[in-house]
Amino acid sequence: METLDYLLAALTPFNLLLAIGGVIAGTVIGALPGLTATMAVAVLVPFTFTMEPAAALIVLGAIYTGAIYGGAYAAILLNTPGTPSAIATTFDGYPMARRGDGDLALTVACLASVIGGLVGAGFLWLLAPPMATVALKFGPVEYFWLGLFGLTLIASLGEGSTIKGLIGGCVGLLLSMIGVAEVGGDIRFVGDFKPLLGGIDVIAALIGLYCIPVLIDLVATPVAHLDSGGRISSFRLAEAIHIVKNAKFNLARSSVIGTVVGILPGAGGSVASLISYSEAKRASKRRAFFGKGEPDGVLATESANNATVGGGFIPTLVLGIPGTPPDAIILGALMVQGIRTGPTLFTQQAPIVYTFIFGLLLATILMLPIGLLIGRFAFRSLVAIPKSVLVPSVALLTILGSYAVHNNIDEVQQMVILGVLAWCVGRLGFSASPIVLGLILGAIAERGFVQGNLIGNARGSVMAEFFARPISLGIIFFIVLGLLWPLWSNYQARKAGEAHD
Amino acid sequence: MKQISKIALATLAAVATSMAAAADYPSKTVNYVIPFGPGGESDISARLQEPVFKKLTGQSLAIQYKPGAGGAAGWSKLNDMTADGYTVMGTNLPHIVLQPMAKDVGYQTDDVTTVFWFHYTPDALLVPSGSPVKNLKDFIAAAKQAPGATTLSGSGTNSANHLAQQQFDKLAGIKTTYIPFKGTGASNAALLGNQVSGSWGYSTVQIKLGDQVRCLGVAMEQRHPQLPNCPTFKEQGFDLVGGAYRGVAVPKSTPANIQMKLASDLAKVNADPEFIRKMEAGGFAMLNVGPKEMPQFMADIKARYGALAKEMGIVKK
Repeated sequence: METLDYLLAALTPFNLLLAIGGVIAGTVIGALPGLTATMAVAVLVPFTFTMEPAAALIVLGAIYTGAIYGGAYAAILLNTPGTPSAIATTFDGYPMARRGDGDLALTVACLASVIGGLVGAGFLWLLAPPMATVALKFGPVEYFWLGLFGLTLIASLGEGSTIKGLIGGCVGLLLSMIGVAEVGGDIRFVGDFKPLLGGIDVIAALIGLYCIPVLIDLVATPVAHLDSGGRISSFRLAEAIHIVKNAKFNLARSSVIGTVVGILPGAGGSVASLISYSEAKRASKRRAFFGKGEPDGVLATESANNATVGGGFIPTLVLGIPGTPPDAIILGALMVQGIRTGPTLFTQQAPIVYTFIFGLLLATILMLPIGLLIGRFAFRSLVAIPKSVLVPSVALLTILGSYAVHNNIDEVQQMVILGVLAWCVGRLGFSASPIVLGLILGAIAERGFVQGNLIGNARGSVMAEFFARPISLGIIFFIVLGLLWPLWSNYQARKAGEAHD
Repeated sequence: MKQISKIALATLAAVATSMAAAADYPSKTVNYVIPFGPGGESDISARLQEPVFKKLTGQSLAIQYKPGAGGAAGWSKLNDMTADGYTVMGTNLPHIVLQPMAKDVGYQTDDVTTVFWFHYTPDALLVPSGSPVKNLKDFIAAAKQAPGATTLSGSGTNSANHLAQQQFDKLAGIKTTYIPFKGTGASNAALLGNQVSGSWGYSTVQIKLGDQVRCLGVAMEQRHPQLPNCPTFKEQGFDLVGGAYRGVAVPKSTPANIQMKLASDLAKVNADPEFIRKMEAGGFAMLNVGPKEMPQFMADIKARYGALAKEMGIVKK
């Protein structure tokens, strides 16, 4: 009966109000390009220091989950991921919006986010302690292979030419190496130009590479920025539910991928949504439509990135190790509250933990009505807003967003320069995603490689370190599968074609 | 003549206001800039200071964040801030010594005017609780048997953890391999997952991870009140005391009497029993270095880190 008590504790009117407020604040911050979930939590965390521990946790969880969902708005409507977690949402979300299905995409994203969020929080509720051990099984070498796995996915993203995607990925890898090396401290590609010492910031790069080309194109072309499809926009809820019903397996797979990747402290929502996107594409019969506005793509990425919220809390609460960057801030807030995380938390402070988990579930459910309403409003106003107002407003946001990450003007410059370059190479058929993925995954893979190499050397065998660990072998298997699959399916298609002749 | 008297008057007025200001300082909210993001140990300890400061002085500390470049983004701007005692900044060791040594970060160590060091997180050597290494003796024996085969995780390259590893290797005459991770969280995950043999962390890490890890030694003069089972290096024969220190700094031109008043207010905060209890519960170790002890303390620290940094090759050419 204890469970019921915790549920009731989470359901007090005050907590309910906090959850609603948190979801709204999170969604709005997450929706603005450049303002990430980490920032949403960071900005609002000081307000929670005076609250009761459980209430503070509920509001933080609500902000976090709202912000991850909010990231989909800008991704779908402006082709600019509001947070790194929403990168893969641009692949199909923006094409849908272009052809007039923006409202449908937003509703699908909302449903998927709620379901993914519930799955992640459900794992947190029921299986947190055993799942936490997954985080510990992942050593440096596993992160290296995971990073490499992510990089191979660039080839299968299928936006334009593969070779251009690979070149873009390499550019991203090179960008990731600029600055003081995280492991080893060497200074690379800086050339006495001090502002580069800190390296290229991922958020600044994200805003620049995605948002600036869109802005330039909006100015350079006379066509309207969004097509409302000639209809008065609506929720299109029935249609969206139909899509969700037909994609049960995709949803389940993506949510589980999201939860598991969320548990890994060295990966994050961007990796989770990328892997689930690519797996959804591989498994789908409608593979050819991915990247051209396939709702299943949006479904996969949005359920996966919201599942990382619950997943990320698993190592945070069980081990005291933050699963994702926002969790690190929440962990600090817990310390100020005098809550000691770790294995004993679930037994000794069960009331706080379970009240929080139910609060998170509650916030996720609340996201459904709130998200649908905000989504409809956002879509309508974005369609109605004249380009001459939209472009300067978004341009201002890009500058604010890239400055706000570290209060650093150098990163605003990085954002603008990368953005202009992205527009130029975009005209030659290079897209932003491989560059950004190279930048994010390059850092993960390099870190893992250097650490694995150091550990392997110390233990006497680098080869054994990289190739003799079971999880590594599992990931290597997926890498090989990912690389061979396109060849195999091409071969099948050709054979089928021959049979027809 | 008129000009001179004007200047004299202005100077007099300035002196008078600064004296008056010191007498009733603080008379309004003090902005407390933390050069890191929220949720870190600098933030947590500042958050614990805030209510006590308010209780003692009647004024609030408004905690703000200016993160970037490992704190350098804040410290390089410190002396451009209003020097009236109402803008103060958190400051950290070894950061403010090592950063300017390694590269041009826009400030020198002596540009940061620290008025009070209020606590430190002592270095601690930890192994997973399942490790066959039961104590420091086992640890050293294992490292001597296979030099370099002992892997120790820590947060960052040329960081406090890295320095601790180098210092202890030298003291014990052993060779271990330091594996830098991105942040304490990642380093702790590697420790708990047995990816490394052990880890250089802090007393706070031991508190956070609890029974999952075993503490072989902590770099304090005496055992930490919250960690009675964690022996000091000193009692085991190694002169290793230190860690990551945190203090409060002011812009250079802040009037001396205001600096003194601030330091004495911070000392009073540090003497508050409830504050001490909360800090120690979090694993922090209290420290009282005020203006009197400051020159000697900084000289010692600079000499110690300077020598180590040279050996490690951190120093820029």
